[in-house]
Amino acid sequence: MKKLTIKRTTRTDFITYLGVIVAFLIMMFLRDQGVLNRSLTGQLVPICCYISMAISLNLTVGILGELSLGHAGFMSVGAFSGIITAMSLQSTIPYTPLRLAVAMVVGAIFAAIAGIIVGVPVLRLRGDYLAIVTLAFGEIIKDLINCLLVGYDSNGLHMALNLTGSKSITDLNLQPDGIAIIKGAQGATGTTTIASFTAGFVLVMITLVIVLNLVRSRTGRAVMAIRDNRIAAESVGINVTKYKLIAFVTSAALAGAAGALYGLNFSSLQATKFNFNTSILVLVFVVLGGLGNIWGSVIAATVLTILPEALRGFDDYRMLIYAIVLILVMLATNNSQAKALLGRIIPKRKGAETNG
Amino acid sequence: MKKKFFAFLMAVVMVFSLVACGGGGDDATTDDTGDTTEDTGDTGDSATTTTFKVGTIGPLTGENAIYGTAVANGAKIAVDEINAAGGDIQFELQSEDDVADGETSVNAYNNLMDWGMQLLVGPTTTGASVAVSSKCYEERTFMLTPSASSTDVTAGKDNVFQVCFTDPNQGTSSADYMAENMADAKIYVLYQNDDAYSQGIRDAFVTEAEAKGLNIVGEGTFTKDTATDFSVQLTAAQAAGADTMFLPMYYQPASVILNQANAMGYAPTFFGVDGMDGILTMEGFDASLAEGVMLLTPFSATLEENASFVQAYEDQFGETPNQFAADAYDAVYILKEALEAAGCTADMTTADICEALVPVMTTITHDGLTGKGMTWSADGAVSKDPTAFVIQDGVYVLPQ
Repeated sequence: MKKLTIKRTTRTDFITYLGVIVAFLIMMFLRDQGVLNRSLTGQLVPICCYISMAISLNLTVGILGELSLGHAGFMSVGAFSGIITAMSLQSTIPYTPLRLAVAMVVGAIFAAIAGIIVGVPVLRLRGDYLAIVTLAFGEIIKDLINCLLVGYDSNGLHMALNLTGSKSITDLNLQPDGIAIIKGAQGATGTTTIASFTAGFVLVMITLVIVLNLVRSRTGRAVMAIRDNRIAAESVGINVTKYKLIAFVTSAALAGAAGALYGLNFSSLQATKFNFNTSILVLVFVVLGGLGNIWGSVIAATVLTILPEALRGFDDYRMLIYAIVLILVMLATNNSQAKALLGRIIPKRKGAETNG
Repeated sequence: MKKKFFAFLMAVVMVFSLVACGGGGDDATTDDTGDTTEDTGDTGDSATTTTFKVGTIGPLTGENAIYGTAVANGAKIAVDEINAAGGDIQFELQSEDDVADGETSVNAYNNLMDWGMQLLVGPTTTGASVAVSSKCYEERTFMLTPSASSTDVTAGKDNVFQVCFTDPNQGTSSADYMAENMADAKIYVLYQNDDAYSQGIRDAFVTEAEAKGLNIVGEGTFTKDTATDFSVQLTAAQAAGADTMFLPMYYQPASVILNQANAMGYAPTFFGVDGMDGILTMEGFDASLAEGVMLLTPFSATLEENASFVQAYEDQFGETPNQFAADAYDAVYILKEALEAAGCTADMTTADICEALVPVMTTITHDGLTGKGMTWSADGAVSKDPTAFVIQDGVYVLPQ
């Protein structure tokens, strides 16, 4: 009998997977039946991207316990490298899903590289330096992409950095058959939108599998040990910087993949989209869903992405109501009475709450 | 416990920042859009199957709210006039907010499609329009943007048309105007290099200025985040001996520039484009600072022939209409004319209307508030004459 009992955490993980799969199937079914309104259909891909962003940020903020304020920066890196990849491979890989997959992998790789560059020096330090550096990173990426000119023609990729502000896309000297992919401040316009809800679902599942398995693994336990007590972790021989870096770079790479999908969902994308507000938005998803709580992030990201659109009936007051909803949810989830009630319904949860 | 406190603290901070972001525009626009919704509701009640459903999209909240609100209001006046006059073509109007953001704009578009929109007047801003126009192209929704001026909006999309000038057109026209009327000017170009609109006009302006042999003594840039202090650029312009500053930007940064230039006693001729329109009605801006500012815009509220529209707008919304309101007003009438020419009926589907209108658009000629004899080419760009105005005593007048 004992062999049949599954660990509680494993059960939660499988319920999370199952929930996402069921939600995907329901949405697919509703969409094919034409029941789903266009407003929601249009948001499916962005929701998947934000879920993925929230889960990956939860890995940094909730599991690793470091504050990152520049998660949108990684999304930006992923988005624009993904767009460049997808646009330049148009003739090489005509099969759209494969091109999308390649673009997302490239986006993830570039975001991971950015993650390593940021992480290696900063994660060696103690304190809140990561928050400051990631904040700066987000701004730097935004400004860099604002200067970036990228075009593609039969001779390959052309890139230029418009640092003085005096160059334009004509300075790339593209062949007549060339296409401008990123035009500095104008951003990526005329992108062929190849993102699909299925790809979004696959992204969310991959993100979940990676993050949940990482958390439940030896590495994940080491990461959480560092979060809970760095000195104790060091004393048992855990390489603090290494494990921090693993968690942080994984988080960045997943954000990059999400960014690539996001970028390929809109025909126009400017670097200013990935500003500080977007980073904070994702952080709100994480905090509201619960730090370290993966399925919480999934739900929070979904609800909070749909909410502003669902509130359109309130006209100008919708963002105000959105904020009030945020406050109420925060109060409700932090209310000890509500928790006690939840604890009575699900007795096992009580132990879990005191851990936090 | 510490974590919970931290979480709570973060939430409070974020909530306040969100309120701050969303709330900025609320104060300015609540009254106007409140009216819009109520009145749209009224039109909705009397709506039968003979009415076409027209949607507008624009920033009704946030920092560009003046544009979106103007478009929504301008379109509303036109719709009310058309409905009051009776006739075969009646419109029902709904305006959605997009905060000038591409993602939100696509959401707003989808929302309007859920409502049953048959014709789109919008979006208002360029970045949002590029995102929405490709959706419109895919789904065959006829789109007529009143004010998104980039060529990217219309490029390769046969069913997307503009009422306003394109960015290159504005830049080129500005350079042409300067070459003709102020050939000796020492020009300093100051533009926002993370903004599609600003950069687009600047590129065209500089290219044309070189071709015309204009003297550009320097260029300065700023970004959205640095649009609060221009002392460095202004000092550079002054040091370069510039007597004319070309400001291809929206009115908000321009107002700061005018303020700071005034504070440091630097008074070149400021030359703006249509984004500058709206500066006189900006809250908290001393309009006397804008005296002598030149701008290239197709619409002036002081011209005789626009008086009835201006009067209607002032009566309803309590402020002088800007070019965006006039563009939107024209857009609705252009739609009406095109619908009549194509013989569309309101029971046609969105896609059928689109297919019927596309060939018609290149054949019609429209006389509107923002230009006489407007015609469209197949690539969606409008052909009309821009006019240079100079601000004198708080109104636009033709320069002597």
